[in-house]
Amino acid sequence: MPETVRTGKALRARVMAHHLFWPLAALAALLVVNLIATPTFFNVRIQDGHLFGSLIDIVRNGAPVLLVAVGMTLVIATRGIDLSVGAVAAIAGAVACVYIVKSPVDGAAGTAVVAITMALAVSVALGLWNGFLVSVIGIQPIIATLVLMVAGRGIAMLVTGGQITTVNNDTFAALASGHLLTLPVAALIALGVFAATQIVVRRTALGLLIESVGINPEASRLAGVRSRTIIWTVYVFAALCAGTAGLIIAANTHSVNANSLGLWIELDAILAVVIGGTSLAGGRFSLTGTLVGAMLIATLTRTIPNIGIPAEANYLFKALVVVLVCLLQSPKARAVLQRRGDRTPTGPSREEAVA
Amino acid sequence: MSVQVSEIEPGLLARIARFSPPRRYLPVLGTFALFIGMFGVGGLRYEGFADPQVFLTLLLDNAFLIVLAVGMTFVILTGGIDLSVGSNVALSTLIAARTLELGWPVVAVIAVVLLAGTVLGTAMGLLIHYFDIQPFIATLAGMFLARGLCYLISVDSIPIKDETFSAIAFGSISLPGGYYLGWTAVFALVIVAVAAYVLSSTRFGRTVYALGGSEPSALLMGLPVAATKVGVYAISGLCAALGGLLFALYTLSGYSLHAVGMELDAIAAVVIGGTLLTGGRGLVIGSLLGVLVLGTIQTFISFDGTLSSWWTRITIGVLVLVFVVAQRVLTRRS
Repeated sequence: MPETVRTGKALRARVMAHHLFWPLAALAALLVVNLIATPTFFNVRIQDGHLFGSLIDIVRNGAPVLLVAVGMTLVIATRGIDLSVGAVAAIAGAVACVYIVKSPVDGAAGTAVVAITMALAVSVALGLWNGFLVSVIGIQPIIATLVLMVAGRGIAMLVTGGQITTVNNDTFAALASGHLLTLPVAALIALGVFAATQIVVRRTALGLLIESVGINPEASRLAGVRSRTIIWTVYVFAALCAGTAGLIIAANTHSVNANSLGLWIELDAILAVVIGGTSLAGGRFSLTGTLVGAMLIATLTRTIPNIGIPAEANYLFKALVVVLVCLLQSPKARAVLQRRGDRTPTGPSREEAVA
Repeated sequence: MSVQVSEIEPGLLARIARFSPPRRYLPVLGTFALFIGMFGVGGLRYEGFADPQVFLTLLLDNAFLIVLAVGMTFVILTGGIDLSVGSNVALSTLIAARTLELGWPVVAVIAVVLLAGTVLGTAMGLLIHYFDIQPFIATLAGMFLARGLCYLISVDSIPIKDETFSAIAFGSISLPGGYYLGWTAVFALVIVAVAAYVLSSTRFGRTVYALGGSEPSALLMGLPVAATKVGVYAISGLCAALGGLLFALYTLSGYSLHAVGMELDAIAAVVIGGTLLTGGRGLVIGSLLGVLVLGTIQTFISFDGTLSSWWTRITIGVLVLVFVVAQRVLTRRS
């Protein structure tokens, strides 16, 4: 066999084995489907000094899921999970909107700033609560955060008095619809948080410590890692991200509905994390993967109506994508595929794979 | 204890004082005490609360949730979780409503609904066992799949006008003293009894507990791990379909937004019923009590009139917290 073919095969095998190969392939496939359905899909134009177009929309609409997913990635890396992010988003949106409505100067920029600060402070408090249950009391994360998931929407309704609260504040609305440097503010916030997190966890030892806690919290503690503080911190960070996402969603609709704000966002976020190749067993994470996963979900949400299927059916396709990606990443499924490949004469033989 | 008393009844009082129920019944007894306590407080505070009919209506109003909680108990006992049951209920109501609309006979409708739910559950079980996909993710996919299928069937609510369905929905058996119990409640109680029997007295039931205790040990003991693991998700799917039929009877409609978040209620009921979330310990009767506690909270709110519905969710959250912390304390000690 000529050398070039062999290196070509090895390269192909390496590319396909990369954890981002299948998510990126799926994302590319979705974009192609969109391009076929709407030939102008990739067009981006400048209008009033802002960038407009389907791709920009996807990034803007995917911002809340990306935000929540970034926080979720770190939580999952510690072998945890945070089911309460949707409820936290609802509470944050409720706190901000109710403050703005009750304020005597409800249109002022200062009011919006105070409202946002208050909402984020409440989110931090809720994150402290989750972290307390998980790291101090030692309750399984899925159950500890279930408490707030169940109670959270009740709390949000308590804040809004059960009403759909509508606000009229341009500064607050700018969180979702505003533009900065021709780009949507919501996308900039999400990408900014993503970039900052990526730098902090990869340029400092924090990422390593988070992974070590995820592999074995007790061993990490014995090795001198402050497991409890790290676990506590990731839950606070996740709640802060969720609160920010809640503010963006509330700003987007100029209102808060405690029942529906951020409904199922925790599931979208977990999907984004899993699609991105982070293992739910903890100990290993990829923020870049999460970014790809979040964009995949945002693109999928956009694709379904674009190709003429009712928008509500996107759940069905999400389910299929999840199962497919999980199967492709599952070692057992790969082993089955590998065995199939071995039997056919054209596939790489075992010796070749070793070489 | 005074000396005099122990002289009169030597040993007996000491035995009563020393008596403690077997450890595994403690959480269920706790839930039972909570339920009786809540009913007692309700009876003192509100006129008519302690009426037996209130209790019977509680069973009727929560029949579907009881059945869901039974299925969820099987899954949680193996250490898994099933997030798809709420969507499965919605899908079942829609399939029932749509097929009835098409004029299918009732028996065929019921068969199709049960088959669909069981197939969905089995598929998730297969993914979980044979491909090592986490129960959380596999059932999450199941949740999205069922919800998506709902929207494909119909985006609008479909009313159920079938006479047999209405007859079952409004039918009830009379009890002495002028009380009555709806058919759906009777059915739910039968399901609880069957599940309790299966878990306590069959080979399958014992394997469920063994699996929740330790999967590697169960494997080494030569127990049918694969069949049991897939089986509990199939049972959960079947229970969700049954719950869906009861919900369709309760609302006499099929709608894609039915039962949003009902999986949370089912999980909460199982937790409040004292089943250990790490698996291996728990009783179906506890889940029944858990549902009754949740129902009593709602009854409280409707009797009070000044409380708002959101207090239901907050109270359930607090109760879950209390029970989870209590479980944590109990398991830490043992």
